[in-house]
Amino acid sequence: MSATQYKAGSNLEKILSEGKFAVTGECGPPKSADGTVIEEKAKILKGFVDAVNITDNQTAVVRVCSMASGLQAQQNGLEAIMQMTCRDRNRLAMQADILGASILGIKNILCLTGDHMSFGNHPEAKGVHDLDAINLIKMYKDMRDEKKFQCGDDMDVAPALYIGCAENPFGDPFEFRALRLKKKVEAGADFMQTQCIFNIPKFKKWMEEVRAIGLHKEIKILAGLTPLKGVGAAKYMKNFVPGMDVPQEIVDRMASVEKGPPAQAEGKKLAVEMIKEIAEIEGVAGVHLMAVEWEVAVPEIVEMAGLLPRPAVA
Amino acid sequence: MITAERKPFDEIYAMTEGHDKVLVAGCDTCVAVCLTGGEKEAEILAAELRIKAKEDGRDVQIEHTAAIRQCEWEYLDAIAAKVEEYPAVLSMACGIGIQSMAEKFAPKLVLPAVNTNMLGMPQEHAVWLERCGACGECVIGDTAGICPVVRCSKSLMNGPCGGSHDGKCEVTTPEKGDIDCAWALIWDRLKAQGREELMLVNRPPKNWSKSSSGGPRKMVREEAKPV
Ligand code: SF4
Ligand code: SF4
Repeated sequence: MSATQYKAGSNLEKILSEGKFAVTGECGPPKSADGTVIEEKAKILKGFVDAVNITDNQTAVVRVCSMASGLQAQQNGLEAIMQMTCRDRNRLAMQADILGASILGIKNILCLTGDHMSFGNHPEAKGVHDLDAINLIKMYKDMRDEKKFQCGDDMDVAPALYIGCAENPFGDPFEFRALRLKKKVEAGADFMQTQCIFNIPKFKKWMEEVRAIGLHKEIKILAGLTPLKGVGAAKYMKNFVPGMDVPQEIVDRMASVEKGPPAQAEGKKLAVEMIKEIAEIEGVAGVHLMAVEWEVAVPEIVEMAGLLPRPAVA
Repeated sequence: MITAERKPFDEIYAMTEGHDKVLVAGCDTCVAVCLTGGEKEAEILAAELRIKAKEDGRDVQIEHTAAIRQCEWEYLDAIAAKVEEYPAVLSMACGIGIQSMAEKFAPKLVLPAVNTNMLGMPQEHAVWLERCGACGECVIGDTAGICPVVRCSKSLMNGPCGGSHDGKCEVTTPEKGDIDCAWALIWDRLKAQGREELMLVNRPPKNWSKSSSGGPRKMVREEAKPV
């Protein structure tokens, strides 16, 4: 082994550490005990992304858990980034689950606050929120680097983790957003993925603030993008998804083409243009493609953006 | 103050079924201030129940009373004689008052006529907002006097989540109306105080064992005990 000491040695960590432009994808587990869904999605994405986020009861809707789905993705040749929200688990469960994930070979973890229960299909649930995402990052870092549980107890074998977080450059208060990333870096995050970007000028402004405090040198930043399937998706994101900033020009552009295949082609084209523009921004280490329920679009977009073949790392 | 809302009338009426004598007991402290369960509201509820019972052809005696404070033993003595006459009591006090009645007059049937909902403050006439969750370890010295435990929908300790938008919480819905994002308020006020560096501090996980997660709490003030 070379001089490089990896924290977890995941494919994603290696690619980012070598300074290669990373591409990650996203897979939502199914809302039933259907064992074929992740398998199918993994087949579509394998070879086109370096790792895939496995969502954790996304939008507060119950699905197959991110640990089982992450394992299934890995069994199908696709490295997982297991998402973990603070909404559904307390600190005991979050530590137990990461130990479990680790012994099953999951190395990338994404620490999230989680959408509020009121958005999902169990609005009467009690939200846990024992820790917040920053506490969660720090807890996992201490488990990995100090071999300590959150309570301070020691453990024999530390989980090997590459710790990620999310940040929304479009959330408010805007002036606090880069500082919030700084808090996550201080807590121990190794990489971060942004919320879907549609407003590129605003994202650039945020990146300026990030660079001004030198954060791009301390954490690998992956810009989140969602290819639009049509004008309906654009409007939905604009109006109903919390924290999303979709400029009217984008809605208009999607509305200017016919529904169906022409709109889909336009959505992919737009995504490719955005990837190219974003890749030029100093401090952006990769893209995170969230083609929600449209995984089949990813291979084509990655190819059109000139990001193939994906780097092979030893 | 503690706030409460009257339960739906049908739910309260259903509790009176099977009883021929029911006493509606108001409390003239918190629940009176929030216009839910004071003597006046107890009188109104008793009248509504009598009308409905009459319509249904039931022969039931429904009266009302009120204590200055249902949550303290000595004030319950003042209504004890009246309470003793009734086999069933509908209390309009907060959850604490209802339990004090149930304990003082046990095993008498004491039923809740209100839903106790929060430790709130009157924002304007007839509007109350939640302000404290009695977490047992107050942090608002560092958060500009704004409670992140109950005013942030996710009880975050380290700043706003990604759903904060234009000063509003992501939980804002047409039904719920606008909910201020606690962390947007905290940020603005800390800046006004020139203390925004407090937002940069990484706060450790909160000690929830001091809250109701630690089991029912008990407070003893040894120095205040009579000698
Ligand atoms: S921090 Fe705790 S004690 Fe202080 S106002 Fe909030 S809930 Fe109440
Ligand atoms: S939007 Fe603000 S108040 Fe609502 S959960 Fe997020 S941080 Fe808390």
